[in-house]
Amino acid sequence: MNTSTIIDGSEASLKNFLRTLPGVDQVGAEARAAMLATRSIKNASKSYAIDLAISMVDLTTLEGADTPGKVRALCSKGLRPDPTDPTVPRVGAICVYNDMVSVARQHLDSIGGQELPIAAVTTAFPSGRASMPVKIQDTEDAIEAGATEIDMVIDRGAFLSGRYGEVFEEIKIIKNICGERAHLKVILETGELVTYDNVRKASYLAMLAGADFIKTSTGKISPAATAPVVLVMLEAVRDFYTMANVRIGVKAAGGIRTTKDAIKQLVLVNETAGPEWLNPTLFRIGASALLNDLLMQRMKMRDGRYASPNYVTID
Amino acid sequence: MSTFDYAPAPESRAVVSIDPAYGLFINGKFVPGKNHFPAINPATGEKLSKISQASTTDVNKAVAAARGAYQKTWSKMPPAERAKYLYRIARILQERAREFAVLETLDNGKPIRESRDVDIPLVAAHFFYHAGWADKLQYAGFGEKPKAHGVVGAIIPWNFPLLMLAWKVAPALATGNTVVLKPAETTSLTALLFAQVCQQAELPAGVVNIVTGDGKVGAALVNHPDVDKIAFTGSTDVGKIIARSVAHSGKSVTLELGGKGANIVFEDAAIDEAVEGIVNGIFFNQGHVCCAGSRLLVQEGIHDEFLEKLKRRMSQIRLGDPMDKNTDIGAINSSDQLAKIKALTAVGTSEGGDVWSPDCVLPTKGFWFPPTIFTGVTQAHRIAREEIFGPVLSVLTFRTPQEAMEKANNTPFGLSAGIWSEKGSRVLWASKHLQAGVIWANTFNKFDPTSPFGGYKESGWGREGGRHGLGAYLKGGDHE
Repeated sequence: MNTSTIIDGSEASLKNFLRTLPGVDQVGAEARAAMLATRSIKNASKSYAIDLAISMVDLTTLEGADTPGKVRALCSKGLRPDPTDPTVPRVGAICVYNDMVSVARQHLDSIGGQELPIAAVTTAFPSGRASMPVKIQDTEDAIEAGATEIDMVIDRGAFLSGRYGEVFEEIKIIKNICGERAHLKVILETGELVTYDNVRKASYLAMLAGADFIKTSTGKISPAATAPVVLVMLEAVRDFYTMANVRIGVKAAGGIRTTKDAIKQLVLVNETAGPEWLNPTLFRIGASALLNDLLMQRMKMRDGRYASPNYVTID
Repeated sequence: MSTFDYAPAPESRAVVSIDPAYGLFINGKFVPGKNHFPAINPATGEKLSKISQASTTDVNKAVAAARGAYQKTWSKMPPAERAKYLYRIARILQERAREFAVLETLDNGKPIRESRDVDIPLVAAHFFYHAGWADKLQYAGFGEKPKAHGVVGAIIPWNFPLLMLAWKVAPALATGNTVVLKPAETTSLTALLFAQVCQQAELPAGVVNIVTGDGKVGAALVNHPDVDKIAFTGSTDVGKIIARSVAHSGKSVTLELGGKGANIVFEDAAIDEAVEGIVNGIFFNQGHVCCAGSRLLVQEGIHDEFLEKLKRRMSQIRLGDPMDKNTDIGAINSSDQLAKIKALTAVGTSEGGDVWSPDCVLPTKGFWFPPTIFTGVTQAHRIAREEIFGPVLSVLTFRTPQEAMEKANNTPFGLSAGIWSEKGSRVLWASKHLQAGVIWANTFNKFDPTSPFGGYKESGWGREGGRHGLGAYLKGGDHE
């Protein structure tokens, strides 16, 4: 991809480019998302969607109370979500803080999960309020420890005060560190950007700076991955593909807890970016509780009735 | 399944029971009819029931029943009591909403998503809204003691069968009139189910009467000497016949007629939402909408980009079984209408328009037409001037806002227009220059009982809905 024909990286060129983006009409975007939420996904398509959603989950624990034991349990769960049923696909990735990456990597390697990616949140997640050397070191540490995906946060303060060049530079620096070693997901924290116009601008800013994925939220701020926000981001990756001929992924994170929510996200992907994006390499769902609901619904589809929640593991 | 195709998700039709044949609803009772003709499900060609062709005698009886009810009960009833009946009807319609939605979809061919989410909720809303007016008419701006006309003859089209019934019946009853209603020949079933609701609500006999059949029944109603007011929604051609028929008769008339709405997209529009609005404007209800945005006027600078996005979006439209909850475009209502759409699109091609439709498989039974756009259309094309009343969009371009206004107004119609721009001053400027009864800004096809609806020029006389709409059913009110 050559985005240097679009922008030269200067503050002025970024501002000029972002100004050319059409606005988002709030009422219209929300109406479209609401209409797509009425799609009725049944039978074979529901079974397909559940397995697809499981394979897209970035199974996440981002708590101050995280321990090696908790992280190991999460890794086991991510590799074999239902220990009684080997047909259940593994999740998309395990997502942890950077100090837990080595624990996760060692455990996964020991249980046959060498291929399961580990995502680490970096750049002073979730606020992003740290000096650049700290953010760089944060990212270096995660990759050293075995992270194959980096979920960085943007500096929302810089974005909201119009210092687009700063945001752009930070993403570029982190992208350079990732290089070929790790995929870069850029968290926009849309709940703090507030308007859909900002979501669209930040999406383009991240894509131009080299993001492999754009991600809605940290999960620490509400609202997070609302349907209209995901819609606007999916439109951005779709149009960026037309412009630059490269497909950027989208990760919806935060607030997606039920199978119904997850299927609504898949419908949004299918009818906005298109079926090409219905793939864990281009769409992820950041979640923790969601996985168990997907497993419950999967059993229901298989057995024709709901099982006791005790048949689903709580890790 | 190896791709995310949506499995069929059909709504159950078990909720409706359709009689093998229907009579007429006169003076609170169903009376046997004669000369039945079939009611067809346009999506399959299946015969749903048989509808009777009312005779002149039947129309006379219905008008006499309405006159009797007006004189004996309805005009003497305290307005607050009238309101109670309207509230009761509204609540019953909500309770039986799914039944009405399913029946409307079976009879009309529109997607269940639309009958369920748009038509029927709006029907109930119209009755609730007008119930509120019944005892407050002295504050509506039509004098201290506004008077009803008496007997209203209402003639409605097939595109929104129950909704158009509600647009006529709710204000007519709220203002103290009684009604003889003639539903469209191809879509009588929900009107006949509404007759059951009138019985269930214990509406006094004769306040609402329903006579079914073709245009001859409508003509008998229009020409009946004891009808005080005609409320018609339908084609401009029939509207002109009605206007001539009632001239010098002393009858009051409101007409909601055709349109060729311009949906104007300026280069500073929110493009993705404008694309949605264009799709909604012309493909909602298969384009069987008098206020459809059937002309897209797009600023030249964004024409190519916009058309590319529009075509991509059209490729995602799901056409098929109207009873499937995921269907976006259903069936064309009748073979006659399908023939008309085909004839006009053939003219569009022969006049040199570039026709385009997404790949979509049309069902083999029933009446179907794919979503279609014509590009390279000019004001001189017939498809830019005549109402197609189907899922066919004509795309024209403009260079300056002034040119957009001139082109938008260069039509004998004047029902609706849409403006798409993120610039507030431009929206306000354009709305002042457009000659259309309804102008939507950054949205389209939004309806609400509180908002008056109606046309300029050959799109009609009078307004329906809102405070203005009450005037159509009050003496002297339609000159407001």
